[in-house]
Amino acid sequence: MQSNTRPVLPLIAKGLFVRRKGRVLLDVDSIAIDGSGTTVLVGPNGAGKSLLLKVLSGLRVPDKGQISWNGLAPDRQRYCRFGFVLQNPVMLRRSALSNVEYALRAVGHDKSEAKRRAPIVLEEAGLTSLASASARVLSGGEMQRLALARALAAGPDLLFLDEPTSSLDPASVLAIEAMVKNASRDGMRIVLIAHDLAQAKRVGDEIIFMHRGKIAENVPMEQFFKQPGTPEAEAFIAGKILVPKEQQ
Amino acid sequence: MQDFAASFLEAFQLVLGFNSGLLEIVWLSLKVSMTAVVVAAIIGLPIGAFLAVSRFPGRGIIIVTVTAMMGLPPVVVGLVVYLLLSNAGVLGPLQLLYTPTAMIIAQTILVVPIIAALARQTLEDLNVEYRDQLKLFGLGSFARLRTLLWEGRYSLMTTLLAGFGRAVAEVGAVIIVGGNINHVTRVMTTTIALETSKGNLALALGLGIVLVVIAFTINALAFLLRAAAERSAYV
Repeated sequence: MQSNTRPVLPLIAKGLFVRRKGRVLLDVDSIAIDGSGTTVLVGPNGAGKSLLLKVLSGLRVPDKGQISWNGLAPDRQRYCRFGFVLQNPVMLRRSALSNVEYALRAVGHDKSEAKRRAPIVLEEAGLTSLASASARVLSGGEMQRLALARALAAGPDLLFLDEPTSSLDPASVLAIEAMVKNASRDGMRIVLIAHDLAQAKRVGDEIIFMHRGKIAENVPMEQFFKQPGTPEAEAFIAGKILVPKEQQ
Repeated sequence: MQDFAASFLEAFQLVLGFNSGLLEIVWLSLKVSMTAVVVAAIIGLPIGAFLAVSRFPGRGIIIVTVTAMMGLPPVVVGLVVYLLLSNAGVLGPLQLLYTPTAMIIAQTILVVPIIAALARQTLEDLNVEYRDQLKLFGLGSFARLRTLLWEGRYSLMTTLLAGFGRAVAEVGAVIIVGGNINHVTRVMTTTIALETSKGNLALALGLGIVLVVIAFTINALAFLLRAAAERSAYV
């Protein structure tokens, strides 16, 4: 039976494999995302974290593997059930308010409803004063908050965040984390890529550690830090540099 | 020198006095070139948009061809259109040779590659930037393309201005297919060529002044469009 309440969950993927120029970028046996809470995806640079999220969301097609959203193959109609804040948010060449209106209209709200809701979305993100400002000249923190607000405005079932706080100041980091926690509390399923392990502890319920394109560990947050299951995870927690295989 | 000075003076008098003969030529030029640009935009923008967002075998060859056609020699285009429209040509029965329509056809052929190639570049760059985000909005191909066209509107308008600049300054093709017939197909560039050869420098200079003003106006419009873009959150 398919549930219509959360059309993209459970998200299940098996045998995902991506190779480019002879290098294996992704080699994931299986992953399942369902229920509630926040999963934090960690791993060294080049581990395949961003690529995994793009493959799961249908933005990239793997060389091999199957992905199902709520038991069905991914389709365009259900894209709007995904929220995805990209590492470098893409803002349309219009005001902050218009960017939110556009997103609301894209997911099916009519013009008047989008115009009514957009200011509320900006207010919740603390961006009311920037409503008429060009979205493309906002600061990094403001742009990330806008990108997150725009993604949340559509009320997605599942939210992916690709390093949403990289290179932001502490206040902006806290603002983003507060928005993520609120969304999680409201029942939204969240998967977040982080390089900051302290942040992972603050916002995450479980953790996925990736290394060389594979999922090395998928465990509750506390367990990962107390009893890392692999030498690579232990080294990663200790802050040691994990050298990619081809560079060894 | 005195003759040149007198010609310049007379030229300015023609322009500032809104000489009816001069205005007729200017109006026909603008009408022909603007029509050609509108038709070229209707053909060229979809071609550019399609090439920007689609992937198919041979796409690279088509892009190179369209881009190369930006430099089509006008006299060659004029000759080809002449052959098509002449009595013995495929389109001879339409009796379009030596009419403004023939000139529009020739200018359209010259402008389509400019609009298609520049639009393709603009939209492809935007598509690279927006592709993932627009896909995440769940938009279909048509809606995505509509968004790209809107996002690139100022650059695309500059593209149209570039096409108009090419059309209005063109002489080789329109003189072949238009025949430079007084009150029928005589436009600014062909009149300048004719009147210069006749030694009637005043009218030639007067039209030259108008052409230069048009060129400046086009550049000013392009500049103002960019400024307007920045003001309206387009950066």
